[in-house]
Amino acid sequence: MGATVSSRRLGSDFVRKVKKISGQNLQLCYQCGMCSGSCPMVAKMDLSPRQIIELARLGLEEEIASSRTVWTCASCFACTVNCPRGFDISKLMEAIRLLTLRKNVDYVRPEGIPREERIELPQIAMVSGLRKFTG
Amino acid sequence: MRLAYYPGCTLKTRARSLEEPALASMEVLGFKLEEVRRWNCCGGVYSLADDDLIHHVAPVRNLIRVKKSGNDNLVTLCSFCFNTLKRANLLMKENVEKRDTINRFIEEDVEYKGEVEVLHLLEVLRDKVGWKDLARQVRFPLKELKAAPYYGCTLVRPRQVAIDRSESPLILHEFLKSIGAIPVDFSESTRCCGSYQILHDRSFILDCSADIVSSARDAGAEILVITCPLCEYNLCQGQKDLAQRRSDFIQMPVVYFTQLLALSLALNPKVCHFELNSCSPESLLREKNLLRQDAIGG
Amino acid sequence: MRSEVNMNSQDPPDVSVREEEKKAVKLIPIYIMGKRYEVPEGLTIMKAMEYAGYKFIRGCGCRGGTCGACGTVYRKPGDYKLQVALACQKTVEPGMYLAQIPFFPVNRARYDFAKLSGAPEEIFRLYPELFRCVACNACTKACPQGIEVMDAISALKQGNISEAAQLSFDCIQCGLCTSRCFGELAQYHMFQVARRIYGGKIVARAKHLEEMVRAIDEGKFDDILEELKKKGEKELKQLYESREIEPVGSGEDWVPKDKAYLLV
Repeated sequence: MGATVSSRRLGSDFVRKVKKISGQNLQLCYQCGMCSGSCPMVAKMDLSPRQIIELARLGLEEEIASSRTVWTCASCFACTVNCPRGFDISKLMEAIRLLTLRKNVDYVRPEGIPREERIELPQIAMVSGLRKFTG
Repeated sequence: MRLAYYPGCTLKTRARSLEEPALASMEVLGFKLEEVRRWNCCGGVYSLADDDLIHHVAPVRNLIRVKKSGNDNLVTLCSFCFNTLKRANLLMKENVEKRDTINRFIEEDVEYKGEVEVLHLLEVLRDKVGWKDLARQVRFPLKELKAAPYYGCTLVRPRQVAIDRSESPLILHEFLKSIGAIPVDFSESTRCCGSYQILHDRSFILDCSADIVSSARDAGAEILVITCPLCEYNLCQGQKDLAQRRSDFIQMPVVYFTQLLALSLALNPKVCHFELNSCSPESLLREKNLLRQDAIGG
Repeated sequence: MRSEVNMNSQDPPDVSVREEEKKAVKLIPIYIMGKRYEVPEGLTIMKAMEYAGYKFIRGCGCRGGTCGACGTVYRKPGDYKLQVALACQKTVEPGMYLAQIPFFPVNRARYDFAKLSGAPEEIFRLYPELFRCVACNACTKACPQGIEVMDAISALKQGNISEAAQLSFDCIQCGLCTSRCFGELAQYHMFQVARRIYGGKIVARAKHLEEMVRAIDEGKFDDILEELKKKGEKELKQLYESREIEPVGSGEDWVPKDKAYLLV
């Protein structure tokens, strides 16, 4: 996979917003891969958490946007707990999701949930799911 | 002793099987859990956005209600609610600017600075009852029940809210020991069940369940002990989906720790509402003679 | 002091009368959608708007505070807070800066009430967006009926239909809550399902109503009704005026002298 890194990308709106919403210092990461190693959903992700961090701080937003990784994240905080540098990756994932959701774009539509499931699902699932997937 | 208690929406419907045995057991142990008046949904998850304020209003409003009722402790049973309330509480303690804005927005006549302590029931059992005292009050120890303690995520992560160590926690192991069961340690005891991904893609849940259940079974467990209604749903749906795909897959019963607590204290099994369990442990418990007929009247 | 106005006269209206009337009535300024008008103090918002020349073909209904058509939002001078009211009930205040929200778009779920089970999960099925509520309380602040909207939504999330139905009893479906909702819920439609389920499937049926209907069907009252139909107006008036009336303050065990048509 090739991508162009430039100072324009590094200083872009995308990087600025991601930093602001996540409140994290993206430079902390030294790409050790502990996050990817502890992620329970990594097998379902096209890009690993480690890769997302690198792409985020390089401002490569198209590559991130075309990946499903942040939507596969289950906010389990395993990555956060295992990061040797104290970087909260779960907040980075949330920030990237919010960049889409705050544009009033839903990832999952409530009416798209099958009717029978709406009756069965515990309220926890509905409340937290709609928080993570709707804007 | 009276404690303020926050149930959470799910415990009033399909997770009555988590709540009712808990309330009944705590009464036997000398604790009255009193529901907070006018509580509202906590929001499910703690908002991870640094610039967010509105999503903290829901949990903080509940904490204010607790403070107004004169309590400085709040006991929760739902793992998600515990995590959300405790993290919001820490925010109000530590972030002065956000605290001020949130207090002003909520417009209650009480200013909240994180004065209430948010606890999970397991912490109450460990710290206010004590394992030794609990063991002493156990009438029907759950002998020979090889139980795998499954923590999930929200009780043990992130570190600032964890009720025990985030890696290799022991609180649920110790609980099981004190009620006479055999805790079976297994590698996936803190692995996520898939959480809200059940809304998006059930195959995620199927894979998580496969890993968790097979790890527990390989370690020698015959039952999975859980704390969270979403874990209960996911692990049972995941196992049902697995059973459909693989004819050789045997489902492992899933039980709430509070249901086992109630049985060990000789409460009537009716209070456990086993009919609400999706992977019912009833037949296993009956086999092991742990559903006693001579239980205290329900 | 007013002079007599001859309403039936063909003459042009007496201008001096109107000047006197104007002096007797105090005019105060209000702003309707940003435009300033001077309207008589003491009028309701609705009447004041009509005084200013507005003609209602929407946003107006019973004029009695129950239909929910005239939801109005306004601000007071120098105050950032948003106020709400029903235009037909609220009297104007000086400097009131108002607009109406006669209609707010919502999606209403389609359902067959007879087929609903009455379980709270039915509402989850019909309105999954219920779970987008973040308990911000904007709905409660926007309710002109003083309903605790957030608490009622909270009750629905907890599966407590009875509480939601009782809390939302005064709802007149004006839609102001929906217009302010952070989560884009249609609160009043959800409450309506709750009240319908509560009334139709949860609350106990009135036994005496069933008995009365049966008595009617069995013809218990047919004869007396036929008799009454044959009587003239004078006789009916006499019968009505001489009827036995339950004395004020009588206890529960009072019975009339003529027990022929009692069921108990």
